[in-house]
Amino acid sequence: MTEVLADLGPVVLRVLVVVVAFLAVPLVVGQVEHKAMAHMQSRVGPMYAGGFHGWAQLVADGVKFVQKEDVVPSAADRTVFQIAPAVALLPYLVALLVVPIGPGLVGEDLDIGLFFVLAVMGVGVIGTLMGGWSSANKFSLLGGIRVAAQLMAYELPFVLAAASVAMAAGTLSLTGVVEAWRPWWLLWQGIAMVVFFVAGLAELQRPPFDMPLADAEIVFGPYTEYGGLRFALFILAEYAGIVVLSALTAVLFLGGWHGPFEDALGWLWTLVKTMLVAFLVVWVRVAYPRMREDQLQRFSWQGLVPLVLLQLAITAVGVVVQA
Amino acid sequence: MKMPGSGLVKGLAVTMRTMSRRSVTAHYPDAMPELPPRSRGVIALIEENCTVCMLCARECPAWCIYIDSHKDVIPATTEGGKDKSRNVLDRFAIDFSICMYCSICVEACPFDALHWSPEFEYSELDIRDLVHEKDRLRDWMWTVPAPVALDEHAEPAKEIGVAQKAAERAAAAAEPQQ
Repeated sequence: MTEVLADLGPVVLRVLVVVVAFLAVPLVVGQVEHKAMAHMQSRVGPMYAGGFHGWAQLVADGVKFVQKEDVVPSAADRTVFQIAPAVALLPYLVALLVVPIGPGLVGEDLDIGLFFVLAVMGVGVIGTLMGGWSSANKFSLLGGIRVAAQLMAYELPFVLAAASVAMAAGTLSLTGVVEAWRPWWLLWQGIAMVVFFVAGLAELQRPPFDMPLADAEIVFGPYTEYGGLRFALFILAEYAGIVVLSALTAVLFLGGWHGPFEDALGWLWTLVKTMLVAFLVVWVRVAYPRMREDQLQRFSWQGLVPLVLLQLAITAVGVVVQA
Repeated sequence: MKMPGSGLVKGLAVTMRTMSRRSVTAHYPDAMPELPPRSRGVIALIEENCTVCMLCARECPAWCIYIDSHKDVIPATTEGGKDKSRNVLDRFAIDFSICMYCSICVEACPFDALHWSPEFEYSELDIRDLVHEKDRLRDWMWTVPAPVALDEHAEPAKEIGVAQKAAERAAAAAEPQQ
């Protein structure tokens, strides 16, 4: 019994750290979005909550959401409607579990970490699709179908870009990829990096790829009928998705913990790179207008897919030359 | 030839440039706005100047000015003289829930009894409290700023000329006696 407990201790600790990070980091990203977006639009953003420059705005939002009534439309598919936010949120928590922060600093080091993360991130989108389908609302349905179409279109370049870096590193383990990474990969895997980031944005339905939500046109699509805590969970899933995407981009393409003083400050490098990518997500949102549905599809099939195929060829040549 | 994708970079540059500059937000409840002179905030009344001529109430397109008055009789000072009568203002109220801030009453007043004050913080929880009676309108008078200075080389106001001429005449009348 004591042996089991001794084994259990570190596991519980790791899971706890990951859960806390999962709850805290998306809030930081959300706050960055609030403030950076405001200043990019020459506003100041939240200023009152918490006293100093509105740092507690998202906490206040959370408290507000909790207080709201939990409404399920009478025509909705009740069970599916109610579990959809959880389906949207949990995959990102699970994905975060296998993303390494530093050498050995990882919730669970899987040999097929990359494969696992990609598979799980696809499930996250299903949650949104479930919400859209079960709401019994035409806007939700439209949004849900757009989510499905977007998932089909962008999953392919997303996976292929990740496959390129896996080929280069010769492993599917995220830790292994970081260990194999060299600075010149920035150039070698450059196309894959861009495609991975862009396709990831599309998978998260972040602007400029937020056609499924498009609040001005189809009133937030799949989220139309959601309110209160369930809506908050969807929003949290969006920010958790940003964190996971940013962390993955940092780990796969930006060298994770590689940097000056990486022995002592490796974890900090990963975090800094992740936050920089997260900032880029916000920046892109402010700078670009939403793409139309047909532009969205064409961009993936005629733009990203050929590009990433070209990248695969370049990677293959590189691997053969190196061997 | 334009580089493909240069528009994307330009978009990012514009947002980043805006972020590095100070925001244009007015921090209103924390910092009062700098209002231009002659801002139309609230109408103030100098009760003493009012002769109950009713011009303002009649010109008001929204009919938001209420005036009640009665006539006071001033008995003749000399024997067999005629009694004089005088208008006394009983009520002067402006309903700011109806007022549309057109300024016609202020312009119509021939005796400078109505003025614009830049104060604008007089919202109420009950719409009926937006009817400002004459003592409240009188209090707004303290917030009326001094008239805007004239342009350089502009003619002085007519009243000043009249007052100066009167003073000169009085001085001229006083001189020969010395």
